[in-house]
Amino acid sequence: MKTLQELEEIRKRTLDRVNQRKDRTTTRIVVGMATCGIAAGARPVLLAIMEEVEKLGLTDVVVAQTGCIGLCKMEPIVEVIKPGEEKVTYVKMDAEKARRIVREHVKDGKVVEEYTMHVIQGKILNDYKVEKE
Amino acid sequence: MAFYRSQVLVCGGTGCTSSDSMKILEKFKEEVKKHNIENEIEIVRTGCFGLCELGPVVIVYPEGAFYSRVKVEDVEEIVAEHLVKGRPVTRLLYTETVEEGRIKSLNETGFYKKQERIALRNCGVIDPENIDEYIAFDGYKALAKVLTTMTPEQVIEEVKKSGLRGRGGGGFPTGLKWELTAKSKADQKYVVCNADEGDPGAFMDRSILEGDPHSVLEAMAIAGYAIGANQGYIYVRAEYPIAVQRLKVAIKQAREYGLLGKNIFGTDFSFDIEIRLGAGAFVCGEETALMNSIEGRRGMPNPKPPFPAQSGLWGKPTLINNVETYANIPPIIVRGGEWFASKGTEKSKGTKVFALGGKITNTGLVEVPMGITLREVIYEIGGGIPNGKKFKAVQTGGPSGGCLTAEHLDTPIEYDTLTALGSMMGSGGMIVMDEDTCMVDVARFYLDFTRDESCGKCTPCRIGTKRMLEILDRIVEGKGTLEDLDKLEELGKQIKAASLCGLGQTAPNPVLSTLKHFRDEYVAHVVDKKCPAGVCQALLQYTIIEEKCKGCGLCARQCPVNAISGQVKSPFKIDQDKCIKCGACIDKCPFKAIVKK
Repeated sequence: MKTLQELEEIRKRTLDRVNQRKDRTTTRIVVGMATCGIAAGARPVLLAIMEEVEKLGLTDVVVAQTGCIGLCKMEPIVEVIKPGEEKVTYVKMDAEKARRIVREHVKDGKVVEEYTMHVIQGKILNDYKVEKE
Repeated sequence: MAFYRSQVLVCGGTGCTSSDSMKILEKFKEEVKKHNIENEIEIVRTGCFGLCELGPVVIVYPEGAFYSRVKVEDVEEIVAEHLVKGRPVTRLLYTETVEEGRIKSLNETGFYKKQERIALRNCGVIDPENIDEYIAFDGYKALAKVLTTMTPEQVIEEVKKSGLRGRGGGGFPTGLKWELTAKSKADQKYVVCNADEGDPGAFMDRSILEGDPHSVLEAMAIAGYAIGANQGYIYVRAEYPIAVQRLKVAIKQAREYGLLGKNIFGTDFSFDIEIRLGAGAFVCGEETALMNSIEGRRGMPNPKPPFPAQSGLWGKPTLINNVETYANIPPIIVRGGEWFASKGTEKSKGTKVFALGGKITNTGLVEVPMGITLREVIYEIGGGIPNGKKFKAVQTGGPSGGCLTAEHLDTPIEYDTLTALGSMMGSGGMIVMDEDTCMVDVARFYLDFTRDESCGKCTPCRIGTKRMLEILDRIVEGKGTLEDLDKLEELGKQIKAASLCGLGQTAPNPVLSTLKHFRDEYVAHVVDKKCPAGVCQALLQYTIIEEKCKGCGLCARQCPVNAISGQVKSPFKIDQDKCIKCGACIDKCPFKAIVKK
């Protein structure tokens, strides 16, 4: 190595990875990975999220799993928790929807309304259409 | 960048390695593969986390879950539950980190809260065998800064500004040492790292070399630039195989990256480092003896002056610093001497690493700002004395240091306050003793060590320590007299004054300081012929309490010298003349009828 630039490149390249080994106070993306979640396809969702995080080069993100969130019929469920903001719960996820959430919500800060969980007249619904019917 | 959703950090320090942490690491890799998640989980071997008592230690991020005393059999469950399903295995977590079912950050626990890690900044965080990870946390940035933007004088000025003093025990101002060596004119100079850590119970240098070897290499290169040397030697004990191995790997990687070798960063500065193995003689930690050993001679000290700064290795000006001293240098250069000087106290700047051992709950390695009190270190960080026992004394500075008592608990830890109390900072060993420790026995232990390690070159040390040990042997055998105590004091003072090197000059310290603070215990040994702590075998008597003895005869059958006799179903008796005080009877008695006092 002959230049400072080379040193800086190695530093940048490695920092993002090793920094994850410290306490992170950052955005958390939580995937429900209990039996119900896994059966409904949480695994490809988790992988898609990780791929997208990597592709977009997001560093301040924790991707974690959790147990049963309690709303098994809406699985796979993904929760996005940003520091200082209210938790957003996405339901009936698939790999494509999950990628969109990482792009639009985690990266750009726009909640993807159409995938969020809705509570209408005390009932938890994930689809407006149900109510209209 | 590879994105991992979780990191598993397995401690690869000597403590955890000796309790199978490398097998645990392999098992993690195997299990993760089995579950097909090896691309999501990064498994890293790191240096020492510090909490050696709870080893083998495994930390899982992002949660920061701190698994303690992990066994190979536990790994399967941790992978299946925590890594696959995201459910930490609470049963294996360090209890202090679990609060109402959620995991607390490790930095909030008593052990870590008061610590401030500068020398240990990368230990337990990076993979010591991966130079990229060292670079990620500003590694070699200080060297780059020094070579491209600073003159040697500016470097020395920065180190002087930091107020850093030698961490190996002497406490000599580091910047001044660099300046003196820089001023010596010669065609060749050397930089030496003293990694001959020999105090019983001290292991901070080993942990730094194992957990962050590049920090020492970088600092040595900086020192080389500052004083005008192109060659460095690390003198490390062969008994530290993991440290030696990681140093070798680190030197190789640094050479490959051109961070050691010719024309570093395209400048005309060249610097290389070689390892020299020591055979584990305590005296070789003394700088002149160390240099003799590097040159291939017997490790024996020379009189000073000349100091190494004028005439060291092969008669050339040589800079010798200790491992921990070097580890502080890169952050000082990157963040500035003033930043470092803002920590600690007036005369002792920065932080110091201590190896906590003895009768303490959290045995391990801690780094704290100078000026912290003994009480904070022992009770808040160290978790106090186990088994509800009472604190009696703490030994600092190893065989060269002395004891501090309960009345010194609120003394701030600094070079000068410790010396004033008859102890010393030393390399940072801190051995805690409880009420069951006999201070005479402790002094005897240390003197036995220094007597054994005395190189024999000068008479006061060679013969003086031997005579002192003989007196102590007499005392613990109950054959001492009051005059012996005065003789010990007189001898001790003379050995300190007349010995050639630091070994002899400090060897009497453990005796002198215990005599000062625990004279009554010595008196109990020589006058009452009693050991108040119940340690010295010769002063103990084993007796059978008649009322408790049921006359079963188990003890008599156990006694190897037939010192116990009696009729079955009536109380037995111990013949004190025959008894060898082995304690076999006491362990066997089902009625706790035998006591030693």
